[in-house]
Amino acid sequence: MSLETINALISNPAADHPATENETILYLDGVSVSFDGFKALNELSFYVLAGELRAIIGPNGAGKTTMMDVVTGRTKPDEGRVEFNGGIDLTRLDEARIANLGIGRKFQKPTVFENHTVFENLELALKGHRGVFSSLFFRLAPEERTRVEEVLETIALADQRLDDAGSLSHGQKQWLEIGMLLMQEPELLLVDEPAAGMTDAETEQTAELLKRIAGRHSVVVVEHDMEFVRSLESRVTVLHEGSVLAEGSLDTVQNDARVIEVYLGR
Amino acid sequence: MEHRRSGFSFLLTDRGGQILLGLLLAAIILVPILNLWVPESSPFHMSTFLVGLFGKYLSFALLALSVDLIWGFCGILSLGHGAFFALGGYAMGMHLMREIGDRGVYGNPILPDFMVFLNWKELPWYWYGFDFFPFAMLMVVLAPGILAFLFGWFAFRSRVSGVYLSIITQALTFALMLAFFRNDMGFGGNNGLTDFKDLLGFDLQQDSTRVGLFIATAVALALGYALCRFIVSSRLGSVLVSIRDADSRTRFLGYRVEHYQLFVFTVSAMLAGVAGALYVPQVGIINPSEFAPANSIEIVIWVAIGGRGTLYGAVLGAIVVNYAKTYFTGVLPEIWLFALGAMFVLVTILLPKGIVGSVPAFDLSKTFLKKPEDATDDGREAAGGRV
Repeated sequence: MSLETINALISNPAADHPATENETILYLDGVSVSFDGFKALNELSFYVLAGELRAIIGPNGAGKTTMMDVVTGRTKPDEGRVEFNGGIDLTRLDEARIANLGIGRKFQKPTVFENHTVFENLELALKGHRGVFSSLFFRLAPEERTRVEEVLETIALADQRLDDAGSLSHGQKQWLEIGMLLMQEPELLLVDEPAAGMTDAETEQTAELLKRIAGRHSVVVVEHDMEFVRSLESRVTVLHEGSVLAEGSLDTVQNDARVIEVYLGR
Repeated sequence: MEHRRSGFSFLLTDRGGQILLGLLLAAIILVPILNLWVPESSPFHMSTFLVGLFGKYLSFALLALSVDLIWGFCGILSLGHGAFFALGGYAMGMHLMREIGDRGVYGNPILPDFMVFLNWKELPWYWYGFDFFPFAMLMVVLAPGILAFLFGWFAFRSRVSGVYLSIITQALTFALMLAFFRNDMGFGGNNGLTDFKDLLGFDLQQDSTRVGLFIATAVALALGYALCRFIVSSRLGSVLVSIRDADSRTRFLGYRVEHYQLFVFTVSAMLAGVAGALYVPQVGIINPSEFAPANSIEIVIWVAIGGRGTLYGAVLGAIVVNYAKTYFTGVLPEIWLFALGAMFVLVTILLPKGIVGSVPAFDLSKTFLKKPEDATDDGREAAGGRV
């Protein structure tokens, strides 16, 4: 998929690209998950294109976080397939394997290693070096150090590199976690409510950061904050009761009668 | 952090550990002099009883170290580490039994006394090879190591953690205690293994042998400390702390959490086994009470009192608590348990981070590790991580 296509997609999210023209990075097909009879996901199907930035919205209990759990291997679906990058079935794999295939995940509550420095957090997220014995004798190569430095600049935490991650502000932790995802060099990033608890300025910067990341990586953002979703200028998927209710640009879905009924019109 | 991996820097960046190694070296030099060369009439003479007592403390310190490695750094609270200690002890005890030869009460050159007493005709297969010292030493690490590996394989793969893991480790050591109490297990039943004569030809009653055992224990503690330090200062150590603090984050970064847990749990069990092997010849007996669940809980108390997650804190805690035990039994023979209990309660309330974390003079971890001020401008890369 060419850069123009991506740009076109981002700048004009309403454009309805048929899937066949683009490479699909993630494809959920009829995924159902139930917890004690409660259907968290109900035959959920949707796809994400390579390089796409996608926002997922929906009221509480719509299945957003469950969807992420299924994609990242934490929850095994009762039914359905989850295909990544041309047919790899994720439902058979565990979290570590899926992460190493190139799917990064940011939690809703910022989760960083509080007792490690900012630098160490990024270093641990560095792609590769996941084996027990190799990690015992691991040394950071110069180009890997450069990579950490780059990401430190990207997430604007270069000055805090030696601080314990636990001492960072909430917003900085969110960014550090996004930085850790970047260190993994994933093809697909799943980002759960990145703007929660952020100031307006931070929210804006986060949106910019995510837009910059998309293109090189595919990004799926789950978010509640409508202003934030608007600033992403991306295609929006609305979930409701475990399935897709509507999909399109934010304006399109905001004008959808069913969406207004279940979510926006409250 | 390149520099942490050059040569022995993993030892040099830890001031508390350096002090520990220095003290151990001093003990290795002084104890033989004070016991063997200073005449008994001198006030500076150290009795053989004391040598054995300190040797016992140091073997407990090694055991505490092994618990701190998993609990302090990886959050695995094992309440069954006494089992690995006892297994190492039994492996050593079996060798010492075979060394007795025909000098036992019944004079049987092959069978230990308790087997003759039980009318056994031949040595059980699992006793084969224990007459050979190197084999016995291999079993000292392999027996606890294999058990820990199997146990950990199932527990960590099924993601058993926290209090559930603690409870099943208690069950493990309790089950082993019951098994070892049985006479037909072939480990001497409730009497255990005792009446040892010599080790590698050295008479265990000799002062010089006792001093030798003390030195071996001090050296083992120093090496065990260096090994733990090597592990925790590596990237693997960082991953362990990550697992302790945020295990699902670690998983989603692509680390196989259960592999790391299994590795460190097995290493820890092997260290505990070595501690048990050094303990047995110094106290002269190993019996199933070493598997008692309360023993394993006590080890955790040593680590908590010393200060978790520092390694040298565990060593300090083991020595302080065991010295207090010796002291209280001497001066308060009737109520020593209450005195010990009071000490636990007071430390928990007043020093929640243990001695090392609460007494500034002992808190050497933060001042000497990870200090950005130490990094000069061109030391940017040197400072770019944990030290």
